[in-house]
Amino acid sequence: MASARVYAHVVRAQIRSQAQYRASFLIDLFGSMAVNALDIATVFVLFSVTGGLGGFGGGPVLLMAALSAASFSLADMAVGTADRLREYVRSGQFDSLLLRPLSTLAQLVAVNFAFRRVGRVVQGLVLYVVALAVAGVHWTLGAAVLAVVAPLVGGVFFGSLFVAGATVAFWWIESGEVANAFTYGGRDFTSYPVTMFGGWFRDLFAIALGFAFVAYLPALALLDRPDPLGLPDWLRWCSPVVALVAACLAALFWRVGVRNYRSTGS
Amino acid sequence: MIIEVSGLRKDFTVTTKVGRLRRERTVVSAVDGVDLVVGRGELIGYIGPNGAGKSTTLKVLTGVLTPSAGRVRVCGLDPVADRTTLARRIGVVFGQRSQLWWDLPLGESFELLRHIYRVPAAEHAARLRTCSDLLDLDGFTRTPVRQLSLGQRMRGELTAALLHGPEVLFLDEPTIGLDVLSKQAVRGFLAELDRRGDTTVVLTTHDLADIEKLCERLVVIDHGRVVHDGTLDALHTRHGSRRTIVADLDAPWPAGQTVPGAAVTAVEADGTRVTLTLDGRAAGEVVAALARIVPLRDLSVQEPDIEDVVARIYRG
Repeated sequence: MASARVYAHVVRAQIRSQAQYRASFLIDLFGSMAVNALDIATVFVLFSVTGGLGGFGGGPVLLMAALSAASFSLADMAVGTADRLREYVRSGQFDSLLLRPLSTLAQLVAVNFAFRRVGRVVQGLVLYVVALAVAGVHWTLGAAVLAVVAPLVGGVFFGSLFVAGATVAFWWIESGEVANAFTYGGRDFTSYPVTMFGGWFRDLFAIALGFAFVAYLPALALLDRPDPLGLPDWLRWCSPVVALVAACLAALFWRVGVRNYRSTGS
Repeated sequence: MIIEVSGLRKDFTVTTKVGRLRRERTVVSAVDGVDLVVGRGELIGYIGPNGAGKSTTLKVLTGVLTPSAGRVRVCGLDPVADRTTLARRIGVVFGQRSQLWWDLPLGESFELLRHIYRVPAAEHAARLRTCSDLLDLDGFTRTPVRQLSLGQRMRGELTAALLHGPEVLFLDEPTIGLDVLSKQAVRGFLAELDRRGDTTVVLTTHDLADIEKLCERLVVIDHGRVVHDGTLDALHTRHGSRRTIVADLDAPWPAGQTVPGAAVTAVEADGTRVTLTLDGRAAGEVVAALARIVPLRDLSVQEPDIEDVVARIYRG
């Protein structure tokens, strides 16, 4: 709790710093909200045209898209700025994070906290609540718990991807946008029922990399629908385990990466 | 002993492009077998030419870099494994990197550091008052850090590094780029810190005046190895630095005249100014001998120049 207060101080300081550049802050805030509104509009346009995707009707598809959006926006708000690690490693500024008595990852995201991303979370959660109401969820106690936990678990999964992707910079400074293929690519993948995709591509992303556990499988559980792909029913309750494994792997990458940090000549 | 280092090595892999796609990897040891022991309250100067391994050593001692080999203990802790615990007990100023919040007033950085290091408010206020008095911070604590001059910022950095009452203070080129007055302020502050005796200071610098004014003990590193560890005097003795006497005479110097205990190295101004280099004998004896040969008008004894000695070491 005490350390949460410390980070709160750092985040507030960051917000005060951003507010120093008021015009830029406002442009960022409104720009980001406009982009999100467009994202959501895309989803609605898609449904108005097709009426269903991959064997699922509008309601279930909306639920998957909304769950994916809510998960991603939560992760993006919390640790999306981890990709700034590249700049910190290149400039050697990562030194100053290592010199303070706090976790380097927590400092990195606290120091770069982007307040405008809160707007995206609100939008994502509103969309998710609407989807829950209209998708025809089979409400049981289990489903209710899952409905609350699913976006958080999905957030942990995406957050792990952001962090793991950022650690590439410890080894390869010119990593560019490689990590984004998995984070933003993963968001786009999870926005649709995985039945839409085919063959090895689906097996790789949905199962091997675990993206089906973000929205597709939890949505099947909420809707109490059989899986057209024939995956066992118990698997759809395993998202928390998958997210936990992803988080542990990301933490491990980070740890090894920090040990591998070379700093720069001063 | 507050710092114990033995057999420290830090290797970096350097990749160079050979041809279109092929890359060649070579291993370079930035620090290659450094042993160093520093006692509580000491102030040591850690010097060496660019690329000698000074900053790398400091980064290993502060937990920024993981050593490739060797044993490192600071405050009895392993800097990498116990990084966050150690961070509370050391203070660091890297001249080229800021610990302050660029867009916030200096005072707000201090306040944030109080929370980050969890320093009781009263202790924090007392230390801030001391630093503020010694470094004269009052005029600019409400100025955003990005608008501070380099000298003001460096004074802010020193304060920031000390607010949690560290046992060891690591300073990497704290006077780099500062004007004469700011340098004096920083030196005066460090001297005062040393006089109080409860903070151990490790100082790297290219400004040898810093060393002359502050450091009893000097550790010189070159090509990743310690080439000297001792007092400035010991360094002069070892490298054959000599003191010189310059004397203005009332009568011309007799040609070919010698003086016991010294060599005549220059005769100028129509023989009325003579320069003698002492071979280790006390200056008083040589001056007495000199006065027996010709009447003296004026006289100065010059200490050997630290720049010359260090340049000689750097050249190998």
